[in-house]
Amino acid sequence: MVEQAASGTNLRKKLQRTVRRKKIEAVGLTTPLFCVMLIFYFVPIGLMFYRSIDNSQMREILPATAKAIQQWDGEGLPGEPAYAAMVADMKHAYPNRTLARAGRRLNFDLVGFYSLLLKSGRKVSRLGGPPYKAALIKLDKKWGDPRYWKVLKRGLKNTTLIYLLAALDFRYNDNNRIVGVPDNQAIYRSIIARTIYISLSVTLLCLVIGFPIAYYMATATPRTRNILMILLLLVFWTSLLVRTLSWIVVLQKKGVVNSLLLSSGLVSHPLNLVFNRIGVYIAMTHVLLPFMVLPLYSVMRGIPPHYVRAARSLGATSIVAFIRVYIPQTKAGIGAGSLIVFIQALGYYITPALVGGPKDQMLSYFVAFFVNERVNWSMASALGVMLLVLTGSFYLIFGRRVGITNIKLG
Amino acid sequence: MALSVHATVGERIWYYAFRIIIGLIFTYLLFPLLAIIPLSFNSGEFLHYPIQHLSLRWYRDFFMSGHWGVPIQNSLIVGFSAMVLATVLGTLTAVGINRADFPGKQLLVALLISPMMIPLVITALALYLFYARIGLNDTYIGIILAHAILGVPFVLITVSATLQGFDYNLVRAGASLGASPMRVFFKVVMPNIAPGIVSGALFAFAISLDEVVVVLFIAGPAHRTLPRQMFSGIREYLTPTFLAAATVLIVVAAMLMVTLEMLRKRREKLNRPIENAAAE
Repeated sequence: MVEQAASGTNLRKKLQRTVRRKKIEAVGLTTPLFCVMLIFYFVPIGLMFYRSIDNSQMREILPATAKAIQQWDGEGLPGEPAYAAMVADMKHAYPNRTLARAGRRLNFDLVGFYSLLLKSGRKVSRLGGPPYKAALIKLDKKWGDPRYWKVLKRGLKNTTLIYLLAALDFRYNDNNRIVGVPDNQAIYRSIIARTIYISLSVTLLCLVIGFPIAYYMATATPRTRNILMILLLLVFWTSLLVRTLSWIVVLQKKGVVNSLLLSSGLVSHPLNLVFNRIGVYIAMTHVLLPFMVLPLYSVMRGIPPHYVRAARSLGATSIVAFIRVYIPQTKAGIGAGSLIVFIQALGYYITPALVGGPKDQMLSYFVAFFVNERVNWSMASALGVMLLVLTGSFYLIFGRRVGITNIKLG
Repeated sequence: MALSVHATVGERIWYYAFRIIIGLIFTYLLFPLLAIIPLSFNSGEFLHYPIQHLSLRWYRDFFMSGHWGVPIQNSLIVGFSAMVLATVLGTLTAVGINRADFPGKQLLVALLISPMMIPLVITALALYLFYARIGLNDTYIGIILAHAILGVPFVLITVSATLQGFDYNLVRAGASLGASPMRVFFKVVMPNIAPGIVSGALFAFAISLDEVVVVLFIAGPAHRTLPRQMFSGIREYLTPTFLAAATVLIVVAAMLMVTLEMLRKRREKLNRPIENAAAE
């Protein structure tokens, strides 16, 4: 008896040890990839978030002012120490060329600051001794305007919300309150709305076009099904750039579509089919269609035909049976396909950039625009944060409901 | 779906109408690709029909001129390296994930798959800012790492799918016959999940070969890849050489697809006896 009990606990211990070893092995095998992704993916994304609020370089450019301005309560004009500190900082920062950077940053908050700083920086070395307050105001009367000092005080904190606010068309007013920007300057909210609108339209188009072919493939003979699947996968595997390029060639003024339309007499002038919204819809739907068809098809393949037959035998017409019995069974496929297409569409950059006009560009385009054309990494990051939050929230809201993790690929 | 003898007139009309609709949709899918292939053999410099004479002029330009040689070479270097890196890391991780449950596994998988769902422009911007700090912008290694991370989710998914059909009794059998865990992995597990690994590798290669957004941000002029070259070309000046390049890429896509389909069939064949055994 005693021996048996001992060997029992032994066995349990052995089992526990094996299970533990397996767990350790499992963790060990996943560690290399996780470390690579942590360093080269998640840390960078975290940095992007930080970058959208980071303001620390301002304190490095204007250190004395940053210290002195803390003593000022923000009412009226600051005292002589702040002016003296500003003069000292400008004397140092102007030859280093960092003053221009500070100017650009402050100009983002209040237009006119860039020219003020550059002008003052150029002339500051010729200023006499103290008192500097009167001297600076004499140099440029903007230094006597409390608005500039308020912006400066706000601009010398370690973090700033101005980029994130700007990405939603908000800004600080003269009283440090957050207000909407004037209508003629508001752009980003409409860009976000446009991004969602285009993505929804493309999703809907994919569903309308994808549903019939998924249904046809799911119910066709194996031979037809195989041929159609191969054609679909061929399109799926063809490079996105190749497909976009093809559409430009086909849809241009002298392209195949227009010459067919002209020679058939349907139109008398070539239509504008590309470099506008129509082109974006045609090309994006084409690129994303397989992502709708594949999940729909795999769900439809699993639907037994009995229910529709039962409905028919109970007297339902084929249309009623299809709408009330068949379509509800495809819900999982519709949900998964729509979510994949929608989320991918939200982040699209290449296709709209190539086949769209200026008014068809989506959020991604403006992220790239601020990096490549404006060299404003903070604003690019703020728009990136908006795009990521937008994508993430749609994913979290709908992802669990449609069970997106169950989708198989290939 | 065949038309029954008793079909009503309405059903007959719908039967043919539906087939016409399907035909139109597939025309929409294939038409642009089929339309540009003949144009790439046109001797003229126009990007529209009619074709003047057949010629391989633009293919010569694509393969022979130095203009395209460097991007092709870069694409192959980056594509192969990223594929190898993604496949090794992805396969190890897939084996680990399927080995045992551990706390936080669900979250880990979600994180590892996330590059598939996060917009490319975010990846591109985040890496650009990060690389600017550590000096990896305008380097091969930077692009390769980025593309490997984008390819990893696909390797994970395909290898996990094959592992789910893998019979772990084979591992026990190997171990009981005295093979070391390493030997069991390479002699027993690997040959069985090879189709999944190869599929994942091809996915990863295809992702890299098609990727342009990240390259736009982090690659310098010396590291232009084929898609990058095409992107700027389409924006600035479109010549028939682009159609030749596109045709070559369509052929590559067709070959990839055929290989993957063959692998998938093989995988299904490998998995079938086990599924049947489990069902019994």
